[in-house]
Amino acid sequence: MTACLQVKGIKDPIQSRIKPIKDLKESFFAPTICLQCGDPACVSSCPAKALTKNPETGVIEWNKDNCVNCLLCTLACPYGGVFFDPVEGHVAKCDQCSGDPACIKVCKPKALVYRQESQVFNRVGDLEDLFVANSCCQGCNTEILIRHVLRRVGPNTVLATPPGCVPGTGAVGVNGLTTTKVPVFHPLLTNTASMLAGIKRYYNRIGRDVTMLALAGDGGTADVGFQSLSGAAERGEQMVFVCIDNEGYMNTGTQRSGTTPFGAWTSTTPVGDRLRGKASDQKYMPLIMMMHRCEYVATATVAYLDDFYKKLDHAIESSKKGLAYLHVFSPCVSGWRFDTSMTIEVQRMAVETNYFPLWEFEKDKKKIRFTHASEHPLPIERYLSMVGKFRHLNDEEVAHLQKSTDDRMELLKSLS
Amino acid sequence: MGKDSLKTEYLIIGSSHAGLAAADEIRMNDDASSITMVTMEDLLPYSPTVLPYIISGKVSVPQIYLRDAEYFRTQRINFVKGKAVTRVDPETREAALSDGSRIRYEKLLIATGAEPTVPRVENLGHVPFLKLRTMADVLQHLDVTPKARSAMVMGTGLVGMHAAENFVHRGMHVDVLRARARKNPRILPNYFDEECSGMIQKVFESHGVNFYLTDHAVRVAYEGGEFIVTLSSGKALRAGMLLVCTGIKPRTEFLPNSSVKVDEGILVDRKMRTSVDYIWAAGDVAQAEDFFGPSKILNAILPDAVLQGKIAGADMSGGRLDSDYVGGISMNTFNFFGNRAFSIGVNDSENGERYRIEKTISPSANVYQKMVFEGNVLVGMTAINSNLDPGIIMNLIKGRVDLEEDCPEFVGNPFNVSRRLMWKLWR
Repeated sequence: MTACLQVKGIKDPIQSRIKPIKDLKESFFAPTICLQCGDPACVSSCPAKALTKNPETGVIEWNKDNCVNCLLCTLACPYGGVFFDPVEGHVAKCDQCSGDPACIKVCKPKALVYRQESQVFNRVGDLEDLFVANSCCQGCNTEILIRHVLRRVGPNTVLATPPGCVPGTGAVGVNGLTTTKVPVFHPLLTNTASMLAGIKRYYNRIGRDVTMLALAGDGGTADVGFQSLSGAAERGEQMVFVCIDNEGYMNTGTQRSGTTPFGAWTSTTPVGDRLRGKASDQKYMPLIMMMHRCEYVATATVAYLDDFYKKLDHAIESSKKGLAYLHVFSPCVSGWRFDTSMTIEVQRMAVETNYFPLWEFEKDKKKIRFTHASEHPLPIERYLSMVGKFRHLNDEEVAHLQKSTDDRMELLKSLS
Repeated sequence: MGKDSLKTEYLIIGSSHAGLAAADEIRMNDDASSITMVTMEDLLPYSPTVLPYIISGKVSVPQIYLRDAEYFRTQRINFVKGKAVTRVDPETREAALSDGSRIRYEKLLIATGAEPTVPRVENLGHVPFLKLRTMADVLQHLDVTPKARSAMVMGTGLVGMHAAENFVHRGMHVDVLRARARKNPRILPNYFDEECSGMIQKVFESHGVNFYLTDHAVRVAYEGGEFIVTLSSGKALRAGMLLVCTGIKPRTEFLPNSSVKVDEGILVDRKMRTSVDYIWAAGDVAQAEDFFGPSKILNAILPDAVLQGKIAGADMSGGRLDSDYVGGISMNTFNFFGNRAFSIGVNDSENGERYRIEKTISPSANVYQKMVFEGNVLVGMTAINSNLDPGIIMNLIKGRVDLEEDCPEFVGNPFNVSRRLMWKLWR
């Protein structure tokens, strides 16, 4: 608040654009500040066009020359984000200091963070969609993923997608047509990477620069598809290999795979008198790929879309030199059992609990870089409780998952 | 159906807040279908709320338009201005326009707003008094005001009080009077109780405004460029201007009898549907559910018009919102001579059995704060020069939040407790 007063040249705490909630019986730490809403009630309740949402920055701007001081915005805003400044005699609100907020810099525990992720939509909103889903489950994450990956990779691409949910969406063909606007191959589960390697070498020979893209499930990556991928990575074949990790064979009836986590219910690791879900821990594929000394390895989810696109850019660039591997966490509504509206929230919670930490590795830099704050993770129960396949877990099993998550974090940190 | 009639999927009559909110919502849900917006004004959309501020010179005309031509182009809305809808035929789903053209619609939203009422005062219809509801009224004001040295304001609502303050700032002598007799007369009776109104009135009086509230006008004359109003007490008031703002009534004259049900306004349900299929109504023209009671009410206030327009737009285009219309709650903000007031929900203290009142008053500092509770649920708040967030208070009332054991702390520290509740309940 002091920083806000200083930078705005105001004196009275009542004028601060960010205010603590104080003098309560029980202390409560949270600020009152403008949320820069997507559908702002203050803007639609302004009779004089004094409040407008800036389409570039998303900031809701207040124009003194237009304001008639009717105060209807203070009545419309349910968050106290726009308020009357009794010293100046008009309303005031946070303008995010034109993109450089003073309050963020002085918040030592980093409780306040300046995030601009949503601006990714301004950058990629006009890119051409090269995929139209045909037969996805409601709430499917794979659909979102294919669409965004193809948008960024662009039309100059050959796509290979082994058996799994991606072909199941219609990507490889429905009634003689495909739902993608790029050439698409449907290799075996075993040979995706080697097939793309061959096509790439052919294009290199005739002098055409075409991006090779694999969209494979965790089975087609970590289990059945592993030997050809490992070989391609070892040889440094030029491609972007995206693993869509839904932690099992979700397309064929929810069987377990190498990436199914400990304790998870699947149709082949049932929960009953004898068995309590999968007995062993999951295989952590991103580190295995890193040890192949790939050009680029990263973990990502579409819940952090800004981060996702940055990594995709990086992967496309790196694929000109060698193999770029993206491991994308992709919860499955029908196989994991959660509400169709929770697809993004499940991913967010997996990241916030460090169950699925976001990081990247570049060959030249020789170490891991975390791309999302991991210092204050939420307890793993927060994630597990959202997903039906973990519903049966007892305290001991939850503690096991917490420990394996913590151990993995420790290992990753030692490499960072 | 006439051969020359235009066809449109969505027809919106009126281009102010309700109509615009509906258009935005429709486009959000339906990217393809045609939208046509018709307004009788030969202008870009504007808000009636802003008009007093144009007269006071606070803002000028071109800057206050709510949308520009670019908006209609990018949103692909066919904007037809300067043409009034003269008749709607729900049977053939056609609207006739003042220039003789016709528009065939699939779905219709009536957002025509309201027009000023003219009180029954003898001879009022024969004198050139002023109103304040449209841009045309404003132009007339701008023409007359600079020449006048004194003004009479007939009506004690917000429009009248705004105008009275404007006249004071221009150095004019101002009289405020009533058009009808009323028991316990006070200014701004819809929003403030006697005590609070009294405080506001004192501020006006300290700036030289004269009030004749126990009296009322019986006859008006216009002689030699001067208005003469005779009051029921026999007293005669004279001024160079007469502004009449005694209230508004919904604009529904284009609806044929025995079609869409109209009481005071067009009757609508919680989705803003009228009694007739394919016709919705929203904003000042609509008479919708009351938050506090079983009857339907007119609640002519900007944020409610936006909300109703949005709900209608969503229902017309198959969109989904968090909730249907929960009912109108009286609300407003009022800024006067550097003071500010707001009123939300129940404001009278008459029903002592049902309501519990908590008041904080400091007359010297001109601070007033009144909370009205039903049990531990806040149902109303009025305040002068309080730093409370009206929007947060509004949401507490609207959510019927039971404050339970927080109630005493809320009464003592509403500013921070309401903000904490905001975080806990809806942020």
